[in-house]
Amino acid sequence: MSVIFVLIAVSMVVAGGFLIGFLWAVKKGQYEDTYSPSVRILFDDMEKEEQKEELEKTKEEKNN
Amino acid sequence: MKMQEESKKYICIHCGDDCGKHPVIWDGKPFCCSGCSTVYQLLNENELCSYYNIESTPGIRVEEGKFKEKYAFLDDEEISSKLYEFSEDAIRKVSLYIPGIHCSSCIWLLEHLNVLNKAVLKSTVNFVKKEVTVTFNSEELSLRELAELLASIHYIPEITLDNLQEKKNQDANKKLLYKIGVAGFSFGNIMLLSLPEYVPGSEYLESHFKSFFGMMNFLLVLPVLFYSGNDYIISAFKGLKHKFINIDVPISLGIITLFIQSSFEIFTSTGSGYMDSLTGLIFFLLIGKWYQSKSYQALSFERDYRSYFPVAVSKIVDDKEESTQINKLKKGDIILIRNQELIPADAILTKGEALIDYSFVTGESKPVFKESGDHIFAGGKQMGSAIELTIEKDVIQSRLTQLWNQFEDENTSGTKLNSLIDKISKYFTFVIIAIGIFAGIYWLLNDSTKAVFAFTSVLIVACPCALALSAPFALGNTMRLMGRLGIYLKSSDVVEKLNSITTIVFDKTGTITQADEVKVSFNGEELSDEDIIAIKSLTRHSTHILSATLYDHFKSIFPVTVSDYKELPSMGISGIVSGREIKLGSAKYIHEGKTETSSLNTEVYLSVDGKIKGHFELSNQYRVGLNKLISDLSPKFDLHVLSGDNDSEMENLKNIFPKESTIKFFQSPNDKLSYINNLKANNKSVLMIGDGLNDAGALKVSDVGISIADDIYHFSPACDAILEASKFQELQSYLKISAKSILIVKLSFALSFLYNIVGLYFAVQGILSPIVAALLMPVSSISVVAFASFTTSYFARNKEKNNNSVNESKIDSDKAVSSVKKSVQLN
Repeated sequence: MSVIFVLIAVSMVVAGGFLIGFLWAVKKGQYEDTYSPSVRILFDDMEKEEQKEELEKTKEEKNN
Repeated sequence: MKMQEESKKYICIHCGDDCGKHPVIWDGKPFCCSGCSTVYQLLNENELCSYYNIESTPGIRVEEGKFKEKYAFLDDEEISSKLYEFSEDAIRKVSLYIPGIHCSSCIWLLEHLNVLNKAVLKSTVNFVKKEVTVTFNSEELSLRELAELLASIHYIPEITLDNLQEKKNQDANKKLLYKIGVAGFSFGNIMLLSLPEYVPGSEYLESHFKSFFGMMNFLLVLPVLFYSGNDYIISAFKGLKHKFINIDVPISLGIITLFIQSSFEIFTSTGSGYMDSLTGLIFFLLIGKWYQSKSYQALSFERDYRSYFPVAVSKIVDDKEESTQINKLKKGDIILIRNQELIPADAILTKGEALIDYSFVTGESKPVFKESGDHIFAGGKQMGSAIELTIEKDVIQSRLTQLWNQFEDENTSGTKLNSLIDKISKYFTFVIIAIGIFAGIYWLLNDSTKAVFAFTSVLIVACPCALALSAPFALGNTMRLMGRLGIYLKSSDVVEKLNSITTIVFDKTGTITQADEVKVSFNGEELSDEDIIAIKSLTRHSTHILSATLYDHFKSIFPVTVSDYKELPSMGISGIVSGREIKLGSAKYIHEGKTETSSLNTEVYLSVDGKIKGHFELSNQYRVGLNKLISDLSPKFDLHVLSGDNDSEMENLKNIFPKESTIKFFQSPNDKLSYINNLKANNKSVLMIGDGLNDAGALKVSDVGISIADDIYHFSPACDAILEASKFQELQSYLKISAKSILIVKLSFALSFLYNIVGLYFAVQGILSPIVAALLMPVSSISVVAFASFTTSYFARNKEKNNNSVNESKIDSDKAVSSVKKSVQLN
């Protein structure tokens, strides 16, 4: 039965991890604005940068 | 069919406005104005046109050239340094409030500012607060340039005196979340460790387990008691110090007895204590608090003049413009006010012709014409060309700021429910302590071993968790749901105050009439199509408010070219349209010197080729649904109308309002204020609905002041609630919802008393077993929370459903009408 001590210790560590995670999230201001991140994740930065590189390449080619 | 194609409407790609007949075409796309096309070009050059893919027509239409010198004050180091959140070397971080943020495209564009200007290192949008936080290199980009960059893409940052004040309460919400986190962590773990207590057979649990669980519980409860719950204990202590028993006293008494009794049981191994109830109570209390505070970060209910005044104006020194902070303006200073700028202090007009829009102050939409030498009060907005003013009084002494400050801290009385709760908790505490003492004495005489146990268990079981929880949850939830329906309450107290209303006072202009909507009628010869086209074409060239009204009035007409256009300030406009000379303007202008007729409505005269055709009458437009609202309200409430205007609308109002209601005209802000005070002196509970600054005093002294606003983020004087203008006709249903939620609070009270009586029954007998306590306490708290939240949600959701179905049917009928129109046109 003494395995229960170990289990409780483990569960406390896990729960403590969640608590720290929560406190960190609050500190970072994740609860201040719950709308913009949901939109932000949809923005495709990579695609735009690729496009830009391509454009620059074509410009260079034209110049040459 | 050809006509059809020609009249096909072009919708501006940028802002979605109608482009009229001559759209600005760029890149084959139509724009309503060159401003919109400039933004499009700018975005196009920088390959930011995905802006238009995220939402259609996301742009904001803004008058051009408005921000020319507007941000000059940001060059002043003293001002800009106050705005920075972070500043080291050349790196600066600043948060700017941009009311224009409204959709996901806005977030996208504002977070890609670095593409428009390389000096921007990072920009992040807080959508809820309508704020953009920009980190930038100040060597390459000044704050002023940043503000102008934002303004150039039509996101106009609003920097007011208020921004410069210390930011308060910003961390309060974070702190509460920390406390909830800690309490939730302990609550969950303690529940788990107390699980053996809930199931039968716990008495067979091995003793070292029991003491281990107990010790764990004891350790876990400490942060909850000393960190999460300290507000309640501190508040109770403060209350007692002032010989006042508030709701926190019984709560703290419960918390402390629970803690001492439980610790005692744990350390003497006589039981496992009630740590689960203790943490659970604090956890739910905090959740309730958060529930109440959650709502609307971007709304402000406590605005004073500082929020509306700009930070600086252009002062003229030696014929040169100089940007000066408003609070540094002195009597005798000469300032320059441009189109659309607010007048910061009482002044005398020295140069130029002013057309002052006082709608900000009085709610009256009609601008007032002022000639040089006239006095101009603070708070007016100049429409038209730039003017020069000489300051008469300091900003603080001006009439507008006095209006604000006059009413400060006048209405600080608490609410009935709060006082009810405090009263209950006062008696409650005494009664409980008395019962505990009686039970203790009884058992001391009969069975002294049970005496202490009976005393403490009475205190424990009677802990007023449910009592304390019901109000924050029921009212908090009501507040949240009413926000969804279009009325934003400042605090949960307002829900209760709404319930006790007996008298409703309406402001007229801007409240029951729409400030920006004007009814236009024409008196005189019937107008031909040609005339209408001519009027539309002529008014297109003028920025005068009356011209703009007439221009908007003839919606589906497309203007043609005007030659020889002339505008005489304060007189009228003239021009030649299709070979005919058209003149529009005041009676003086059209009649050429003859006196004006004494009509109370605004009149615009029209003459064609020197012959007077008649005049337009511009009168106020009443809000949609006003008739129904008034007839619904009149049986239950005393209705009053106070208007700062003249009595031209007397007859109309008499038809709408019941006979017994009072309608008063020519009311100054002070008249309104004393009228409300009078009503209150006659033991009336007054609800005031107004919009302008002239109602500010009345709104503040009334029991509930509702400020009506077309844009809830923009303007509202200090008030208890902000009502979306489009939801005006729903007023009665808000009153109903508030009544229901108060009923729910009372029912939850009854529920919690029921639990207490059951608990006390066991406690006074000295047989409060841990199982009864373990069951009764969390069940009572959770059931009250659940009851309060679900019932309020149920009532409000019903309301919402009704609303939606009404709206849908409205839309359907609109569609039906337009489709009928279309088919008629096609035929």
